[in-house]
Amino acid sequence: MTKKDIAQILVGIDGNTVLSGARKIKTKLITEINKQGLLDQVSVIETGSIGPVNKGVVIGIYPTREIYGNVTENDISEFIQERFIKGRPYKKLLLPEKLPIEIDLTAYDPRKTQYFGRIVLDNCGKINPEDIKEYIGVGGYEALGIALKEKTPEEIIEIVKNSGLRGRGGAGFPTGLKWSFAAKAKRIPKYVICNADEGEPGTFKDRLIMEGDPHKILEGMAICGYAIGANTGYIYIRGEYQLSIQRLKKAIKDAEKLGLLGKNILGTDFDFEVKIKIGAGSYVCGEETTLLNSMEGFRGEPRLKPPFPAESGFLSHPTNVNNVETFANIAPIVLNGAEWFKKFGTKDSPGTKVYTILGHINRPGLIEVSMGITLREIIYDYAGGISSGSFKMAQIGGTAGNILSSEFLDVPLDFESLRKLGYSLGSGAILIMNETVSVVDFMKCCIKFFVHESCGKCTPCREGTKYIYEILDKISSGKGKTGDLETLKLLGKSMKDTSFCPLGQSAPNSLLDTLKLFPEEYNQILRK
Amino acid sequence: MTVKDIVNKYKNKRENLLLILHEIQNCHPQNYLSKEDIELLSKEIKIPVSDIVGTASFYSMFSFTPRGKYIIRVCESLPCHLLGAQTIFKAIETKLGIKEGETTKDGLFTLEGTSCLGICSVAPAIMINDEAYGNLDEEKIGKILDQIREKESKNND
Repeated sequence: MTKKDIAQILVGIDGNTVLSGARKIKTKLITEINKQGLLDQVSVIETGSIGPVNKGVVIGIYPTREIYGNVTENDISEFIQERFIKGRPYKKLLLPEKLPIEIDLTAYDPRKTQYFGRIVLDNCGKINPEDIKEYIGVGGYEALGIALKEKTPEEIIEIVKNSGLRGRGGAGFPTGLKWSFAAKAKRIPKYVICNADEGEPGTFKDRLIMEGDPHKILEGMAICGYAIGANTGYIYIRGEYQLSIQRLKKAIKDAEKLGLLGKNILGTDFDFEVKIKIGAGSYVCGEETTLLNSMEGFRGEPRLKPPFPAESGFLSHPTNVNNVETFANIAPIVLNGAEWFKKFGTKDSPGTKVYTILGHINRPGLIEVSMGITLREIIYDYAGGISSGSFKMAQIGGTAGNILSSEFLDVPLDFESLRKLGYSLGSGAILIMNETVSVVDFMKCCIKFFVHESCGKCTPCREGTKYIYEILDKISSGKGKTGDLETLKLLGKSMKDTSFCPLGQSAPNSLLDTLKLFPEEYNQILRK
Repeated sequence: MTVKDIVNKYKNKRENLLLILHEIQNCHPQNYLSKEDIELLSKEIKIPVSDIVGTASFYSMFSFTPRGKYIIRVCESLPCHLLGAQTIFKAIETKLGIKEGETTKDGLFTLEGTSCLGICSVAPAIMINDEAYGNLDEEKIGKILDQIREKESKNND
């Protein structure tokens, strides 16, 4: 961004908008601005996801923070005329959402991030993810500099511990504590791994973080490497995420050129390189020990813990594995301090959480909200309410997650509050459903997924998922019999108690929840 | 690139096996891991054929049967399911006259089901090779397939 600009137009380029022709729109915008002689006043910046999805090509304008959706090539001439010559909003395509403002703690409401900006997605939709100078321009790599030059590795781990940051992959293990285990391990070399094998159905937050702000992840990984004493990092990423792979590769190259990755980073004696590993289509590889097997070129099956990866991970060396979103929190924490971070969220779960909200709602999309916000707030304040009919249930944390019915609308969504109910926060997907959804049909689809994705290592998961699917299929085709529901419960509970890895343990979550919350619906079909 | 070149590029390391398999598959005109290629790979990298097949067969992105030039992967996960993925599946089956896992006679299309593609915001969604398509209905998917057919027949003229 240059000073003389009166306005900046941000064009959101991500997996969704590219499909609607975002790149063409960007070119057309520049042509039209040139035609109107506005080149020195209005700049066009390519950026990651701006927020609203399912709205075609989305563009935003600073400083007015307006967001426009469903922009087509035919609109552009009129749009430039209206917005920049006549100086009024172009109402035809204006969306209700606003671009984020800078973090301003004076106007801080701990429960509504929309009023004070964001931590993880702060740069997404604001800077060009393919230009490292823009990342540096908003304070990027400053935290790495502070870490390397002013702090010892122990101090960094202490800051992360004090911040209370918990792993954003789903389990919520305290990040600082995890780092301290790997730091204590004696064997070298050690490894830092970023788990970007995002496969939980309905979750695509990590993809949008990688597409929108790749350097933030690299910076977080490098700080982790310094803290635990590792000189190599790997990003294990899904083979389907082509744009993420491309942007991360470019980011690594650019950072190496500027000496922010590679040998003697920022003139210190710390070396850190980052490599990319590409997955090949397997959900279970998101589990950290499975991911390690896959990275070593074996079948994606989980390993027995202990030993934990911190002791014996990649190639049997000490390894620290964190999720994309977790790494994206690191630089802001090091830069602003643990106390700053703790101002967000709840006491037990500080910080924010990135969710993808989907289903029967008016505004599906990507949001970053304070930990501890309720489902009701998400549906009515962020998702624009239920799109048709009334709220029936929500699945939080993807297919392996839990089901919340209307009585849970006011439960705070954070690790502790959900744990008390026997639930987990999961991956960050929230699927909202209205009363037209049949619970049995929904469960059939959930379990079918696990039948396909179970790795086959342990019996409860391999056989359990299959039996559950067969019984659900019988019930839905009218061939169910009395006692089926008890069998389902027994199977689900056994899987939960005896499966080898968290995948098998969490596969029956939604089944058990729906059996408890909607027994009438199962019985109705059984009686038919 | 030959199998040997690919193995050399990845320094003959087991930990690069998935990357090697990806590249071998991409280099094959029929988009799959052929018996010959796997045997060659086994000799080069010194891993038994049974071990390579055992590993590759675990991952859904690898195929052991010849596939079409265009691989259509229809997302079958919940967000797409709720918004009509089954209709899309049937529309493609009817249009191309093939079932899941099959390839059209002209060798152009292979139809596969897949787990979440991470583009749920434009559900129901599919991928054709590396291109993603979203917000689909029967009409749109018909047009997309027609366009590919048209492009291909022009190339052959």
